[in-house]
Amino acid sequence: MRRFWALLGLLVMAASAAAEIPSSERRSGYDLMGRELRAMQDDDTANPGMLWVLEGATLWKRAAGAAGRACVDCHGEASTSMKGVAAHYPAFDAGKQRPVNLEQRINACRVERQQAPPLAYESRELLALSAYVARQSRGLPIAVTIDDRMQPFLEAGRVVYERRQGQLNLACSQCHDANWGRQLAGNVVPQGHPTGYPLYRLEWQSLGSLQRRLRGCLVGIRAEPYEYGAPELVDLELYLMWRARGMTMDAPAVRP
Amino acid sequence: MERSASRREFLKIAGGVAAGIGLSAVVTVRPASATPAEMQEAIRKVVGSARVTPGKVKIDLPPLIENGNAVPLTVRVDSPMTETDHVRAVHVFTEKNPQPYVITFHLGPRAGRAQVATRMRLADSQNVVAICELSDGSFWSDNASIVVTLAACLEDGI
Amino acid sequence: MASALINVPARAKRGEIIEVKTLISHVMETGFRHTQLGAAIPRNIIRRFVCTYNGTEIFSADLYPAISANPFIVFSTVATESGTLSFQWTGDNGFSVTESAKITVE
Repeated sequence: MRRFWALLGLLVMAASAAAEIPSSERRSGYDLMGRELRAMQDDDTANPGMLWVLEGATLWKRAAGAAGRACVDCHGEASTSMKGVAAHYPAFDAGKQRPVNLEQRINACRVERQQAPPLAYESRELLALSAYVARQSRGLPIAVTIDDRMQPFLEAGRVVYERRQGQLNLACSQCHDANWGRQLAGNVVPQGHPTGYPLYRLEWQSLGSLQRRLRGCLVGIRAEPYEYGAPELVDLELYLMWRARGMTMDAPAVRP
Repeated sequence: MERSASRREFLKIAGGVAAGIGLSAVVTVRPASATPAEMQEAIRKVVGSARVTPGKVKIDLPPLIENGNAVPLTVRVDSPMTETDHVRAVHVFTEKNPQPYVITFHLGPRAGRAQVATRMRLADSQNVVAICELSDGSFWSDNASIVVTLAACLEDGI
Repeated sequence: MASALINVPARAKRGEIIEVKTLISHVMETGFRHTQLGAAIPRNIIRRFVCTYNGTEIFSADLYPAISANPFIVFSTVATESGTLSFQWTGDNGFSVTESAKITVE
């Protein structure tokens, strides 16, 4: 019976995926940037996001919490153990019975394994660790796993993506599926693929997470933004990663 | 140009109000920006009464940048960088930022090559001027103009 | 974030011109911004950057608020001898960071 619903779900997704950007036309925001910003991203000695990656490398080896354990004690060298990890988050968490994103997974480790307090969303430490982990997936294709358990959450994410919201009554799909490539107030509308998160956004003058960007977009359409870690945001992250499946990860990216 | 600048300010402030009064977020209320005259005054302070000749120094700036917060800037000077003939300093100025100074690089014969780079902030589409001071006391200049696109959505109050 | 990211070649030939890239984390608050309620945010920037090579100053820069957050400075120097390049950033509110990098010159 569950298999039936999963199949029906897939058919519904396939039908509504008519609005989805065909995989041959998928473009990262990287392609929309000028030569100078692309050079800034590609050069590890000039990319400001690398400051957070280096901090993450230090935190990886630092013992924390009552258990006195560092990430490295369980996971060893991140370049081996974390390779490909960020490319398949959000992933299903058996304890919570729902998908969690990378930041939530890091905090779950902090609380359960290190017996340390969770790191605040958008805190320097959490950004540093997620940047360090995401960096280990650079060059790899996005590959979130969608099975029976994940299906309803993917669907919920698609609903958020296609729902009109805010005073401007806009849905994400209206700009990022139907009008990508066109100009909005002097800027080109990107397709909105999360290939480079967490990324250094020039507008923020800092590294920030995908959820920060999503909340910024929601404020931009004059909608009440969901709280950090809200299920709606994680479902939306899942949908966006699924929508970008196969695209190459390039964290930490630089964007205007 | 004036009208679009104040419309941008209005949109920024309106956006801030709509996003929620009372949140301690940051908006950029643009103060009176420097004028080309103020930039000339700043340049005068550096060169004194010496003449400034266009040439020798070259600014490398993109013709358009998506966001004015981090604009890559490279400045090169055609100089052998020897003990007797080298660049002492490179000064960079803008004409429409809130204040005209950007950076002063102090070089010397140990540099080997007169080429420096940094990332600067630009408050608006404008001209950037570089003045280099050579070891013989002469001043040379270059001028580059750049278009700065502001981001579309306002991020106050997140 | 990590204080500073420095890129200096580990080895060079005597007389070779090497490129030095430096990136330091700092908010570079201009002093021109205000909070939503109109209060001015005070200036907080790095004002000076100095590089010494085995104790001799070979490059320096005076920074102003127009330099982007997380200042990035690239310059070059002649590889004269093996030793240490030392970098110091100083600024408002007693900000002071020192980093160094070793170089072997053949």
